[in-house]
Amino acid sequence: GGMLAAALLLVVVAAAGPGPGRAQRDALREELLLSPLPNGDMAATFQFRTRWDADLQRGAVSHYRLFPKALGRLVAALGVRELHLALTQGFWRTQAWGQPPLQAPAGAELWVWFQPNVTDVDKAWKELSNILSGIFCASLNFIDSTNTVTPTASFKPLGLANGTDHHLLRYAVLPREVVCTENLTPWKKLLPCGSKAGLAVLLKAERLFHSSYHSQAVHIRPICRDASCLAVSWELRQTLTVVFDTFSSGQGKKDWSLFRMFSRTLTDACPLASQSRVYVDISPKNKEKELLEATPPPASVHEAIVQGDKKTYAVYDLLSPSLFNTSRSLNVQLKWKRPQDSSDLPTPILHAQRYVSGYGLQTGEISTLIYNTHPYRAFPVILLETVPWYLRLYAHTLTIITKGKENKPSYIHYQPAQDRRRPHLLEMLIQLPANSVTKITIQFERALLKWTEYPPDPNHGFYVSSSVLSALVPSVIAMKDMDVEQSPLFTSLFPSSDGSSYFVRLYTEPLLVNLPTPDFSMPYNVICLTCTVVAVCYGSFYNLLTRTFHVEEPSRGGLAKRLANIIRKFRGVPPL
Amino acid sequence: GAQLQLAVPVAVVFAPGSVPGDLPRPLPFRDVQEMEISVNLRAGITSRHQMLYRSTTAQEEAALGAATAREADAALRLLQDTSLGSLTLYVIPETSSLLPQGISIYVGKHRSALVRAGGGLAALRARLQQLTQVMSFTASSIAAALSDRVPDSQLGPDARRHLKSSLGYEITFSLLNPDPKSHAVDWDIEDAVSRYVQPVLDKLSLVANFSVDSQILYYAVLGVTPRFDKESSSFLLSAHSLPHVINPVEARLGSSAASLYPVLNFLLYVPERSHSPLYIQDKDGAPVSTNAFHSPRWGGIMIYNVEAPASPQASLPLHVDVDMVRVMEVFLAQLRLLFGLSREELPPEFLVESLGNEGLADWELDRLLWAHTVENIATVSTTLTSLAQLLDKIGNIVIKDDVASEVYRAVAAVQSAVAELATGHLHAAFQASKEAVTSSERAFFDPSLLHLLYFPDDQKFAIYIPLFLPMAVPILLSLAKIVREARQRKKDPTKMD
Repeated sequence: GGMLAAALLLVVVAAAGPGPGRAQRDALREELLLSPLPNGDMAATFQFRTRWDADLQRGAVSHYRLFPKALGRLVAALGVRELHLALTQGFWRTQAWGQPPLQAPAGAELWVWFQPNVTDVDKAWKELSNILSGIFCASLNFIDSTNTVTPTASFKPLGLANGTDHHLLRYAVLPREVVCTENLTPWKKLLPCGSKAGLAVLLKAERLFHSSYHSQAVHIRPICRDASCLAVSWELRQTLTVVFDTFSSGQGKKDWSLFRMFSRTLTDACPLASQSRVYVDISPKNKEKELLEATPPPASVHEAIVQGDKKTYAVYDLLSPSLFNTSRSLNVQLKWKRPQDSSDLPTPILHAQRYVSGYGLQTGEISTLIYNTHPYRAFPVILLETVPWYLRLYAHTLTIITKGKENKPSYIHYQPAQDRRRPHLLEMLIQLPANSVTKITIQFERALLKWTEYPPDPNHGFYVSSSVLSALVPSVIAMKDMDVEQSPLFTSLFPSSDGSSYFVRLYTEPLLVNLPTPDFSMPYNVICLTCTVVAVCYGSFYNLLTRTFHVEEPSRGGLAKRLANIIRKFRGVPPL
Repeated sequence: GAQLQLAVPVAVVFAPGSVPGDLPRPLPFRDVQEMEISVNLRAGITSRHQMLYRSTTAQEEAALGAATAREADAALRLLQDTSLGSLTLYVIPETSSLLPQGISIYVGKHRSALVRAGGGLAALRARLQQLTQVMSFTASSIAAALSDRVPDSQLGPDARRHLKSSLGYEITFSLLNPDPKSHAVDWDIEDAVSRYVQPVLDKLSLVANFSVDSQILYYAVLGVTPRFDKESSSFLLSAHSLPHVINPVEARLGSSAASLYPVLNFLLYVPERSHSPLYIQDKDGAPVSTNAFHSPRWGGIMIYNVEAPASPQASLPLHVDVDMVRVMEVFLAQLRLLFGLSREELPPEFLVESLGNEGLADWELDRLLWAHTVENIATVSTTLTSLAQLLDKIGNIVIKDDVASEVYRAVAAVQSAVAELATGHLHAAFQASKEAVTSSERAFFDPSLLHLLYFPDDQKFAIYIPLFLPMAVPILLSLAKIVREARQRKKDPTKMD
């Protein structure tokens, strides 16, 4: 693997973009990664990274150029050290799509590290979620103590950090949140070029939400300004991942092009960006190790080892003047030469499933299956479960079974829930043996809620947020250390530890659990019934009290009756 | 209604040789001039000028012996009562050479002025009264402060321009570059703010908290397509289209999510290359010399044209360094205008000391404080009245103890503000009025008031309809029967038995 490990950088570095001479302390890089997924779908990952060589925390900075003012002020005012917000519609299917570049749980996820000088973290957290909910038009204001946890091991700071006192961390997921256009528009507004130029012109809402998976995120973190790391820079990464089902939208063909996916093509780079690139994953998919062929032919090819796989990328540099020389727009496309043998999907090394089992509305069981398909390496994984208080977990029923034997976790952090105050938090470090399935089960009892605590449409069920798996997965191929500033953005969000493993964070499916739900119309029914009974009683009483009764004397009848009886007598019928 | 008294302590100091002959009493003596300010409110407002007439001390006399008015002003400053709102007016002999020819009143940087003697006491009094109003408040400035509560007919066209009184303001400078492909615009806003804006804000820090920030917005366009004028080969924005300019830009400006203070926006717009040069036309069609306009209570916009490059082949983007002196001149003038501190409407015999670096004279600060104090008191009374009206209307709102105590605190503070105003302690009055605003708003916007707001009576009635309806049926039927029988009886009275 030594030769394969050589990550060739064949990219022609284009001349730096527009450079206002004085005090250019912020820089924008934009990048689009197009990767065909194992089952034939297409994933497009946009990343926009604004790096600002200024210390937001000092409070003195208030003059913004590329960095959005709204977020900058938030970070400075509330003492945020690191902020990660993801809004996701759909679920990343790891088994069919492989390891995600950046996965996020369905719904809204927010995790924030605060500065050590923040005295009341809970207050700052509440205020932060309210402001973010205003900025992104999302219901983040529903984040409160009942869905906020402080994980101890799963979420380490991704940026520069001195000391990781986890009391400064807050994590919350709203699995019920629906993501749509109103969340995309403010996200786009944070980009320096908006959606007017550069890669962002492809972000048309009606295409992006016509997809199998849509996840948009904002990551803010402090990073080292240079190799010596004496000063701090701030980095804002806006990422957007979308998965298109090319098969169903392309009349049975898996061919794709930018225009077919986004109904737009690229015409220019954002004039403010110092780098603007499109990467297309053209790694061989068949036995013959033949590279895929993308048109127009790329100017350069980039090879890298990403998540334990050797990958080859075609690179289109939008800032290179030669790109738009021949044609006015760039419409990257890929045609399959022969029908792809889609029978065997490569299984990712780490993947997981979760489900609820049991019957009735009293008890149930949450089961999580974690797969390690590595042929010979065992590795540990950190599992984080957040369960709302209304599912009362029985901690003594927690069992972890691997290959028929009990697997004792080397670290457990369990924080039981308090009714209406905080959720259950369960964090475990579990060793996954090579080529194994680990089953984790825990039983729970469903609580009865007060009638005002039910959300609208309670019979839909209650969501339990995804559990989080964080692991350093051993790589089959050794990786080489890269310079973060030079490497493509999609490889550089998570810090790489060493050459032999790579970091993966996976989210399982969110769960939908039914709780015993009362018949909400019952009080009204009772009122109706009671009222009717009362009204009927009242009616008869009223009649009894107000009617006058006469004794009716029998009379011989009137003239008509006598006439009728005469006729009846003639006919031989008995008289009336 | 209640009476609001605004007392201005004024010391009138006569230099030797300037004492009018017809003084009623020998110096020193006190006198009060009361004046009703009618703003057509339930509460009447009276201004009381508490005049103290005296002659100069030896030190003041020495200071007045300076060569120029400016030097005299600087020297006198050390000898004055420096409390906010108080004024010291020096009357100098008619023949004094301190003031230039044709100028009879000199207003200094601080809380004093020089007045040329002349005519009798009545003429002097009229002049002093006018001067005192300029340096403290006039009926129209008080009316402008109460502009939301005064009928429209009483207000001048500019009355609603002033910013409402608030505990803080956020000032945002935005550079709009709609065409980053052609123009790489750079501005040294950091330096410009510290050099030109900060001195003014330091003075104003007594009035409110200020925060300043700036941003650059790309691809932000105005909402109006300018008209091309062949004669001048330039693009024109006419005055009547200006109201439509702001809306699309405003969506990009971003609201201040982190605070609740009103935002003052100052936009510098560099027109795109295809629309350059761009000029604003006033109502008569003449170009506006500053190429800027302001929007009341919102901020200002200035258009900054980039000179076309000498050769058309010059490589794009064109690098532009904004001339911040020119820009800040306009923005500062707009800032003063928005705070109601413009100096336009003074008569010609007034000479007002130019400010240089300080940006704001002490007496201008006082003017602002007078207006804001009155406005704060009016705001508190409106807020508390609305709260009371709300409680009258919806009886089942629960007022918690902390809300009640905020209301009491607001009432106490507003009473002390009124008392301080009546005794001429402007600073204390302003602080109390600020406190009253804070407390009253906290009470009015307390979330606990909202709990029962949406439980209307018609819903309760709807629940009991199943009871009322069946019960009503026999009653209505028998009523109908009674009516029918009564009618029958009237028609056919003989059948009665």
